Amino acid sequence: METLKLDDSVTTTRLDAVVNWARKNSLWPLPFGTACCAIEFMSMMASRYDFSRFGAEALRFSPRQSDLLLVLGTITNKQAPVLRQIYAQMAEPKWVVSVGVCASSGGMYRTYATLQGIDRVVPVDVYVPGCPPRPETMIYGVMQLQKKISLESLAARKEHIESFYQSLARQEELQRAAGLTAHQAVREMLLEAGAQGGQRIW
Amino acid sequence: MEPTAASAAADRMIVNMGPSHPVTHGTLHIVLELEGEIIAKATPNIGYLHRGVEKLGENLSYQQFIPLTDRLNYCSSLMNNVGYALAVEKLLGIQDPPRSQVLRVLCSELARIGDHLVCIGINAVDIGAFSAFLYLFRERETIYDLFEMMAGQRLHASFTRIGGLFRDIPPEFEPLCRQFLESCPRTIDEMETLLTHNPIWADRTKGVGAIGAADAVSWGYTGPCLRAAGVAQDLRKAQPYLGYDSYEFDIPVATTGDVYDRYLVRTEEMRQSLRIVRQCLDRLKEIGPGPVIVDDYKVALPPKEKVYTRMESLIHHFKLIMHGMEMPVGEVYSATEAANGELGYYIVSHGGKCPYRIHVRPPCFPIFNSFDEQVRGRIIADAVAVLGAMNVVAGELDR
Amino acid sequence: MVIERIEAQLPGVVLDRHDFRGDQTIVVVPGRLLEVVDFIFQEGFQLLLDVTAVDQGEREPRFDLVYHLLNLANQERIRIKVPVADGAPVPSLTGRFKSADWAEREVFDLFGIPFQGHPDLRRLLMWDDFPGHPLRKDFPLDGGDPFCNQDIGAPFDPDARSLNG
Repeated sequence: METLKLDDSVTTTRLDAVVNWARKNSLWPLPFGTACCAIEFMSMMASRYDFSRFGAEALRFSPRQSDLLLVLGTITNKQAPVLRQIYAQMAEPKWVVSVGVCASSGGMYRTYATLQGIDRVVPVDVYVPGCPPRPETMIYGVMQLQKKISLESLAARKEHIESFYQSLARQEELQRAAGLTAHQAVREMLLEAGAQGGQRIW
Repeated sequence: MEPTAASAAADRMIVNMGPSHPVTHGTLHIVLELEGEIIAKATPNIGYLHRGVEKLGENLSYQQFIPLTDRLNYCSSLMNNVGYALAVEKLLGIQDPPRSQVLRVLCSELARIGDHLVCIGINAVDIGAFSAFLYLFRERETIYDLFEMMAGQRLHASFTRIGGLFRDIPPEFEPLCRQFLESCPRTIDEMETLLTHNPIWADRTKGVGAIGAADAVSWGYTGPCLRAAGVAQDLRKAQPYLGYDSYEFDIPVATTGDVYDRYLVRTEEMRQSLRIVRQCLDRLKEIGPGPVIVDDYKVALPPKEKVYTRMESLIHHFKLIMHGMEMPVGEVYSATEAANGELGYYIVSHGGKCPYRIHVRPPCFPIFNSFDEQVRGRIIADAVAVLGAMNVVAGELDR
Repeated sequence: MVIERIEAQLPGVVLDRHDFRGDQTIVVVPGRLLEVVDFIFQEGFQLLLDVTAVDQGEREPRFDLVYHLLNLANQERIRIKVPVADGAPVPSLTGRFKSADWAEREVFDLFGIPFQGHPDLRRLLMWDDFPGHPLRKDFPLDGGDPFCNQDIGAPFDPDARSLNG
């Protein structure tokens, strides 16, 4: 009986390598577009830069259906609880790319109204600087995220996601105990963290 | 049992559109009260992009405020720069040189075309016509190339300075601009083939969001939405600035003010802007090379060669950066015809380095205020179409 | 110009006027704002562009309410300023101009000036229970958030693995 030559049709690898390969090449972004970076994102989706080369053409505006939260634009203190809720509603595995300096650090707006970086309220994987970043910069940021994904281990549950859910529970507790709205609760948590040296609230 | 007023209100379903929603441009929140599929009341909630620009302006010098103006209406950043520079120049009582005026008109009109491309493109995407968006964005990429050539940045160019412009255009600008003047009308024609006589587009947009002329004026409308409602008000013709009275162009005016009319007005405005750009290029050739910023070193930075070689210029540079300009005490309101309507800057100066109060009058603010009146009695799909046609840019709306 | 007609028709209403850089401006007696507005509405100033305010700090009365109007027929502009004390109510113009709706809400939100007769006077740009009125001169730019301070740098994690190697 002839032995079948399987060399061309079968390949052996590790499970997490193939799962990470699948995950990184089919990221479904949720464009959380608030300001100018969303316009550059639109340029990135259009024909010249063509984000769909990276398997990310399927934009899903629902957090239940996406796995990459692209925060595009300034996040204000009024928007912060909304961002936390959207992040909480996403299913794992999920990643966050903070696009633009406004999302990464508050940008040029050091004011009462602007959140000084979304990493104060949600965990961030990749920061893409620029005001606004060119589409090539955003694509590079996503490629860095793909590199990061390929290095992830399937077994390890990410601690920062865990700590985010704990902070959400603390926020809800604060709302219940003091009768505050979500905006007030997040503001109190931010002021408290800031007074202790600018730490994040998750 | 007869439905009473109380039970009718209780039967309403509350649906949230936003603040994270695909069709809310930037970040808006609308609370829709629905009776079945009909919108009984639509209450917009704004402020999700309020960044405190006006308060920040009270702590920054007049030159430092220029990048903040870029980020107001981020689809047409240069128009905000031009509007602000004109306001500060009005306060100072100076005028920029002729070449700078022509260049300001040129980049304002390119920005206007860019803004309308985004507005129509995104309106089309929201309604479902995705191809139009891709074709229009190809032209917008050419506009980005032109801005990058002029100012070094694609989107937020911060091109104007108080008293003129950052720098003159390079020689490669004109051939690319002429090429753009050839390709853009073809793209607009392609877009019109896709949309203007398309029965689906007409069904989704005709009669939707209609507003009468008297109502539009009472709501404080300006710009394409006011012209679509039948009022021929355009600051470029009515209260000309930057020499607009010497250019030949027409103002498109429609009748009903619905989404279809706004689309037609914007399309025709793009064509008229292309006419103005062509005239600008010819005029630049006539004027020839010259300064693009005033010669007054108490207002504009001296050129670098002088700063490095002459003591006086170094002192002027130092004083301008550290102590700001010497501003008179007073207040001005200066308005330009931005892509969305009348963009006004109200600046109060007490003579210091920073403005005492700076207020931006956004054109889309009153237009979005009237959202309830535009969509009451219609279905949610119409709300989506109207949102796109109003061109609400959250950066400008919330500042 | 319209200011002459206002002074002729409503004597005593105009406290001050100026024409700085060509902008017609009148300062009117606070209680008689509605009379002036009604008169110039008849004169053709039917587009209320903007309502805003300026906090003059230590001056009594504290605020200057500023209205900008445009006459579409002859393209004339006018600025009406009303000096308002802290906490003193001002009549709302929503009965005459629909655009006063959000403009007055914004002034209420950012300055705390209450408008009498406004159908829905609540905050517009800040969230409902935001403490304070941001554009007042005694409200700090950073809103009391110590993280906004200039000397605090962004947190840097030295253990973050470099992806470039």
